[in-house]
Amino acid sequence: MSLAIALHTPEPVADDRELLRFTTAGSVDDGKSTLIGRLLYDTKTAFIDQIEHVEAVSKRRGDERVNLALLTDGLRAEREQGITIDVAYRYFTTQRRKFIIGDTPGHVQYTRNMVTGASTAQLAIVLVDARQGVVEQSRRHALIASLLRIPHIVFAINKMDLVDWSEASFSAIEAELRAFSHNLDADDFTFIPISALTGANVVERSALMPWYRGPTLLHHLETVPVSGDRNLIDVRFPVQWVIRPQWDTHHDYRGYAGQLASGILRPGDAVTVLPSGHTTTIARLEQGGRELAVAYPPMSVTVHLADDIDVGRGDLICRPANSQPVVSQELDAMICWMADRPLQPRGRYALKHTTRWTRAIVTELVSRLDIQTGAHTEAAELPLNSLGRIRLRTTAPIVYDAYRQNRTTGSFILVDETSNATVAAGMLLGHDR
Amino acid sequence: MQRRSHLKTLEDEAVHILRELVAERERVCLLFSGGKDSIVLLRLAELAFRPAKFPFPLVHVDTGHNFPETLDYRDRRVVELGERLIVASVQDSIDRGRVSEERGPRASRNRLQTTTLLDCIEEHQFDAAIGGARRDEERARAKERIFSHRDEFGQWDPKNQRPELWSLYNGRVRRGEHLRVFPLSNWTELDVWEYIRLEDIPLPSLYFAHERDVFERDGMLYGANPFVELLPTERVRREVVRFRTIGDMTCTGAVKSDARTLDEIIAEVAAARLTERGATRADDRFTEAAMEDRKREGYF
Repeated sequence: MSLAIALHTPEPVADDRELLRFTTAGSVDDGKSTLIGRLLYDTKTAFIDQIEHVEAVSKRRGDERVNLALLTDGLRAEREQGITIDVAYRYFTTQRRKFIIGDTPGHVQYTRNMVTGASTAQLAIVLVDARQGVVEQSRRHALIASLLRIPHIVFAINKMDLVDWSEASFSAIEAELRAFSHNLDADDFTFIPISALTGANVVERSALMPWYRGPTLLHHLETVPVSGDRNLIDVRFPVQWVIRPQWDTHHDYRGYAGQLASGILRPGDAVTVLPSGHTTTIARLEQGGRELAVAYPPMSVTVHLADDIDVGRGDLICRPANSQPVVSQELDAMICWMADRPLQPRGRYALKHTTRWTRAIVTELVSRLDIQTGAHTEAAELPLNSLGRIRLRTTAPIVYDAYRQNRTTGSFILVDETSNATVAAGMLLGHDR
Repeated sequence: MQRRSHLKTLEDEAVHILRELVAERERVCLLFSGGKDSIVLLRLAELAFRPAKFPFPLVHVDTGHNFPETLDYRDRRVVELGERLIVASVQDSIDRGRVSEERGPRASRNRLQTTTLLDCIEEHQFDAAIGGARRDEERARAKERIFSHRDEFGQWDPKNQRPELWSLYNGRVRRGEHLRVFPLSNWTELDVWEYIRLEDIPLPSLYFAHERDVFERDGMLYGANPFVELLPTERVRREVVRFRTIGDMTCTGAVKSDARTLDEIIAEVAAARLTERGATRADDRFTEAAMEDRKREGYF
């Protein structure tokens, strides 16, 4: 690979590009790091000093060619062991979008990192080695992506150069993945044959696969519609912080600050505050002193209410008219266990849901999810990196939606009260009234 | 309908982070260096908390080797905002024997700042410090959490970080420990510049092209200053330069540039092919894992 990067003079970039967060999952040899290196390199995001660095390291280690995968290795231990041990975040920009990559390792023991990367992603790239076809890891990655309700899943069939750019190989894998995906809780699947090593169909269309008529990977990332993924119907505004200036000039100022999870807010709208159930209207909306006519997700705004009612951090503002969240102390959830010490039935943890902390006790370990087969089995405990269904009882009511309806009001974390470590990611299941 | 731009989305996220932090921690401070990233943090804090005062003081770790322009900007900005500033001085740490000054032409107080910062955190019993670091700056930072835990020695343990899911930040710490919180984690250098332009945020003059006496060392240009001894082969010359980052005068390099306006800087940054730390920071050049090592010790 040549170091002479074409002098790149980008066109002026507009300020109104959209943001797309995606996650990549793949096992050690799927070429995931190479793919990300390729995206950074071909979009001219990899800087000369980084490339020089990678070149020098490749040479010192006696690698045959410049190892693009090294562009994404961060920590000393990873470079020494040649593996990715944690979620790393990468950034690149094109004329159309800014991208945040949550780059997660694929080893079985790092399920927790995959879940972490998936939690904020709008799209997942699942890498499949064209030579190996669909392996357990591909299924596991796709299953986690669908569990975490990532709206768009892309299967990138990689290493097409090693199967002679064969349409038959690609089609067989696609058919198998389609059959498997029927059982997944997701709607948008895309299949793209690529070679991260040569760059085929990553940024540039490859002439070697004329039978493929779909978009390149980058084109898909740039154009897949994501603003429509937001829920603009059900108002969910978790109150984060109450702004009360201690200045005489703002004596009566009382603003409820937070980030709008879903729905649209306008001054004059009737709202209900949960869990208290008080109803009032929005007097005005502002953002850093600027008045707003409307707020939509994911805006961070300040809401002023017409009536002086008791509202604080942890409360949820919604609309009385449309579908209401559940208010309950009994929770039913899928969790990913992330601590060395297994989850114990009757275990007690701190629970954070939206902007509210409460305590919770595990009342039942319902089942463990086998991530190879998707089957639920009975289990006595949940070890590190396992997924399972549990029931919890909280000390105070939680105002929530099912995770599949709302990723913000449907998610929670469990924290060990002694070590303060985050030990589980939770996704609330349907309404357990 | 109602698409949100990437800059506004990053702003929304950062404001959310600031509000989560102050709701979860008792004694917070904001580390203000006078650099563009911490200047953006101040704007985000205004968005998050005005018309109330910030629920935290600003802390400046002053190496004593700051550019005068940085200190002028800092003092002016603090008055405009009407907020409280705590200055933690590296010179004080030296005078009290907490650290000893490096000697020779390559001496820098960069590393000494860590002790001063940790002493300040301990003295004021801060349990969280907001910083302007970004994940795109450096390979170790790419893996750091937004709410990043520090043990009672101020150390970062990169292999034992708390998982960070959704926007559910875990702000819990034990006594003596603290958090470093990075609202700009997901911003790139270009995002910061575009945001400064979008919001029309004033900056120290150092960021814009100006004439300056400089000398060259290890392929980088440094402003001539009273705190650096020249090596025998080094000569001071006049160049038109600007700074891409603003740190200690002894270790912050300048780049040759004619960019005198934000538009020109943004065009330059968009076309730049050296990362800002690689281009201008001697402190990251020591070893392959220089930043990782310093962060483990408690650096910013």
